[in-house]
Amino acid sequence: MTNINRSNKKVVVTNLHKYFDKNEVLTGIDATIYEGEVVCVIGPSGSGKSTFLRCLNKLEDATSGKIEIDSFDITDKKVNINKVRENIGMVFQQFNLFQNMTVIKNIMMAPVSLKKMTKTEAYAKGMELLARVGLADKADSFPGELSGGQQQRVAIARALAMNPDIMLFDEPTSALDPEMVGEVLDVMKELAAEGMTMIVVTHEMGFAREVSDRVLFMADGVICEEGTPDQVFGNPQNERTQDFLRKVL
Amino acid sequence: MDFGRVFQQALPMLLDGLWLTVRVSLISIVIGMVIGLFMCLMKMSKNVVLRAIAGVYIWIIRGTPMLVQALMVFFGLPQLVQMTINPDFRLDAFTAGIITLSLNAGAYLAEIYRGGIMAVPKGQSEAARSLGLSQAQTMLKVVLPQAIKFSIPSLVNQFIITIKDTSILSVIGMAEVVNKAKTYVGSTYVYFATYAVVALMYLLVISILMLVSSYIEKKLKYEARKGKRRRDEH
Repeated sequence: MTNINRSNKKVVVTNLHKYFDKNEVLTGIDATIYEGEVVCVIGPSGSGKSTFLRCLNKLEDATSGKIEIDSFDITDKKVNINKVRENIGMVFQQFNLFQNMTVIKNIMMAPVSLKKMTKTEAYAKGMELLARVGLADKADSFPGELSGGQQQRVAIARALAMNPDIMLFDEPTSALDPEMVGEVLDVMKELAAEGMTMIVVTHEMGFAREVSDRVLFMADGVICEEGTPDQVFGNPQNERTQDFLRKVL
Repeated sequence: MDFGRVFQQALPMLLDGLWLTVRVSLISIVIGMVIGLFMCLMKMSKNVVLRAIAGVYIWIIRGTPMLVQALMVFFGLPQLVQMTINPDFRLDAFTAGIITLSLNAGAYLAEIYRGGIMAVPKGQSEAARSLGLSQAQTMLKVVLPQAIKFSIPSLVNQFIITIKDTSILSVIGMAEVVNKAKTYVGSTYVYFATYAVVALMYLLVISILMLVSSYIEKKLKYEARKGKRRRDEH
């Protein structure tokens, strides 16, 4: 298990509700995530897992409730969300690499545009990150020339280039061919071991069990059950959790 | 069939007109592309006023013939200005023609850009925003470069229409190629040969544009194919 700093709350969610038109997809979520913690969010499709994650960097606006990231309340309109987002990396199911840029440009773009680094610094950082995810030889390729697994590893490197202290993963392996899932999970495991605060929406139960410090089980827009992987997978208390785990394990 | 006669007597003045046609087209296309971009962004903005201004502009231009627009810009609006603000106000045919053509192209180009922007997957801008880029930075660095690429075939189509629409400006006395031809046939009655030469001139200019654009499109396609082939080798 990783080193969790219980004195530093990275994410505090209080009574979060989210409506899409009249459809309530999040019906009152409370959660606290600590520095260095790896939290996996599992649950059936349509339970609101991805919406919950997307609320955390305001890709979706919360309808009501409070979301504090490093004690900035991002539901407050006065808070500059762009500044907060600089510290939250996000990895998407569909990778979403910029199609008009090479791999290295994908990684350099944000740090350079946001004046976090000079071009030379960003290039060095980009090459270092690419080496770390095993893709240094792909720096000048375009995203379309890479496999799904390679694209997702680049996407992780791109998010890390901003030196975030929280990483959000939205079903990062769901769009991958089975033989490529492992290479992406390996990179994520390494990241977890280094102490990154991670929130991972996933269907990879093996990963959730092995890597996470805490598992949240969501159904119908609420967190039904949470606990250590051993508790949730080994001895689920909630009926919905038991039912879900019976189906997927 | 009098082709010899047209070449001898009218070719210099027709080429003169053609040169004006090309110049007016190029200037109007460039201005129109800028107007179109702004109108497109306004129409897609969250601000109701900006959206309304762009909406009304596009609505009026698309809903009226360019002939009427040209007459309005050259005769109508100057008269209105003379009556209200400045009695000495004048607008020459060249300026009025470029205003008309740019405004006209701008409205259609705005919609072409908008189509291109909507063709860029939402995930592209979400990824940029998630890194901390502002909406404007996201547009400039990620969305627009891809949108323009998607828009190329429609953009070329609009350029062709703009070149041909310069002929409408002959009614406000702009001395472009059709205007010159009308002057020539007015005194010589050599209709067939003169207008055939004019048609060939348009055909030539537009063919050059089409060749350039198909070269660009092929090049982009080739790059995409090259990318795919390299991926298949893995």
